Amino acid sequence: MPNEASPLPGPQSPGTGLHDLRGPHSPRKIPGWAATTALLLPAYAWLTLAVFLPLATMFVFSFLNKTPMGQAPVEFTLRHYRAFIDQGYLVRIAWNTLVMGFWTTLICAVLGFFAALALVRCTAGRQRETLLVLILLPFWTNGLVRVFSWTMVLRENGFLDSLWHLVGDGSISFLYSRPAIVLGLVHGYLPYMILTCYIALITIDDAVIEAAQSLGARWGTVLTRILIPLAAPGLISGAVLTFVPVIGSFMEPRILGGKVGMTLGTVIEDQFTQAFNWPLGASLSFTLLAVVLAIFATFSGVLKRGAAA
Amino acid sequence: MRLGHIFLGAVLVFLYTPILVLMAMGFNASPLYQLPFQFSTRWYGDLMGNEGLLTAGFNSIVLGVITALVATTLGTLAALALNRHSFRGRSLLQLLLLPPIAIPWLITGTAMLIFFFWTGIGRGMHALVIGHVALAVPYVVLVVGTGLKTIRTDLEEAAMSLGSTPVHAFFAVTLPLLFPSILGAALFAFAVSLDQFVVSYFLSSPGYVTLPVQIYSAIRKGFTPEINAISTLLLLGSMSVILIFARFARPQSPGASK
Repeated sequence: MPNEASPLPGPQSPGTGLHDLRGPHSPRKIPGWAATTALLLPAYAWLTLAVFLPLATMFVFSFLNKTPMGQAPVEFTLRHYRAFIDQGYLVRIAWNTLVMGFWTTLICAVLGFFAALALVRCTAGRQRETLLVLILLPFWTNGLVRVFSWTMVLRENGFLDSLWHLVGDGSISFLYSRPAIVLGLVHGYLPYMILTCYIALITIDDAVIEAAQSLGARWGTVLTRILIPLAAPGLISGAVLTFVPVIGSFMEPRILGGKVGMTLGTVIEDQFTQAFNWPLGASLSFTLLAVVLAIFATFSGVLKRGAAA
Repeated sequence: MRLGHIFLGAVLVFLYTPILVLMAMGFNASPLYQLPFQFSTRWYGDLMGNEGLLTAGFNSIVLGVITALVATTLGTLAALALNRHSFRGRSLLQLLLLPPIAIPWLITGTAMLIFFFWTGIGRGMHALVIGHVALAVPYVVLVVGTGLKTIRTDLEEAAMSLGSTPVHAFFAVTLPLLFPSILGAALFAFAVSLDQFVVSYFLSSPGYVTLPVQIYSAIRKGFTPEINAISTLLLLGSMSVILIFARFARPQSPGASK
């Protein structure tokens, strides 16, 4: 991300220093600041209406004692932020959600790193390009349909069982279990992890690896002392961009987890679609948002470098 | 070296097996997905008579086109300002493009639901347009911005030094060069809208649902291979859109190294 301009407006009052706002390429007849504003206003007004105001409203809603319907007066309360204390089962669900995020991220990181390594070290040219497209293509198709497709594989007498029946009896179906949820999520986010690791690994100079090998380094040493440290930015941005949507997921646990698929995401969805307790849903949503923002803030340096690459 | 190829092959098998099984089951005669496989186009025939899925599919396409048109217009204008003008607060504005992409859709979707309810905007098609455009605009800014970086500004300056007005110079020089990126961004915005489920789920009204939302309620209620048939069409649709996008968005550097 280019960083020439300071992120915050200076202390001078609006109306002064507008001449500075004029870019080198802005039109000469219309004042530069007016053109800039006119170009930016529609997009940012839209984002304000559709994203920023809603997030602010949700924050206010999270302090209401009940969903404001009809004439009954509402009061402000901190009650919903005590939900994790008052409703102990939420702690267990939150823990399960984090565990689900951890396993998904770990499996994606291991598979993604080695897939990216194989792309960089074993393929080239057109073959590599085709493989990259094939790997990334599912990522841009409908996530819901891809999760649904796993039910076809994992259900009893599904595709997995048919394969199993070639060698054994019974059923190895594990639909409606936590491993099924993790499997579906890994399927969803693996392409992204491969991409971020690939971008990091492709910049490593072959000469560095050759030098290490000529000095007698084994493959394991090259991996742990050169490849993994140099690929760390890709691994970290991939991990963040997997973990964050995973802990906010609700459709994957619902479809692949069935009754055992209770996560923070499904609890939040319930508040809006079943229980109609919007303030509790809002406070849980906001708690999740705080966690997400904390993760982004922690890794912002790495993510920024990743974006620049 | 051989090991790497085997591993990549295994990854591709993992990525595509469920998708291919899903597609195959849409052509299997058994309504209960029983194997062995018996070829049949029955479910595609049934699909043609399924009012609910067809209407939802039509809604999704219309919504995708509207989203693409609006998001591409807004995003292209913003990209021009963010890439060609320098002004205070530019980094902040670029940072503000991230929340719609980076915040889990569940949070954005529930926030929109609360706000649209509270302001009286409500749910339905207009709410979905507002939501989908907001999710697509950041991608348009990124795609068009990348395209703008490859177009030299001195071409426009040359046109102006030859007497062209800034506006005319833009339309005569920059816009034609930028057109492939804009088209690519529009396709991308269409794909974002077509594939969106979570936000649509919260903003759909009983009278106006999109295809993914309709598929979701079918999955929850008990489904037949008709769902596989329509899912296959949806997957093939978004895959083609993305492949066409990949052609347009490829940087036009002649003789680029492979």
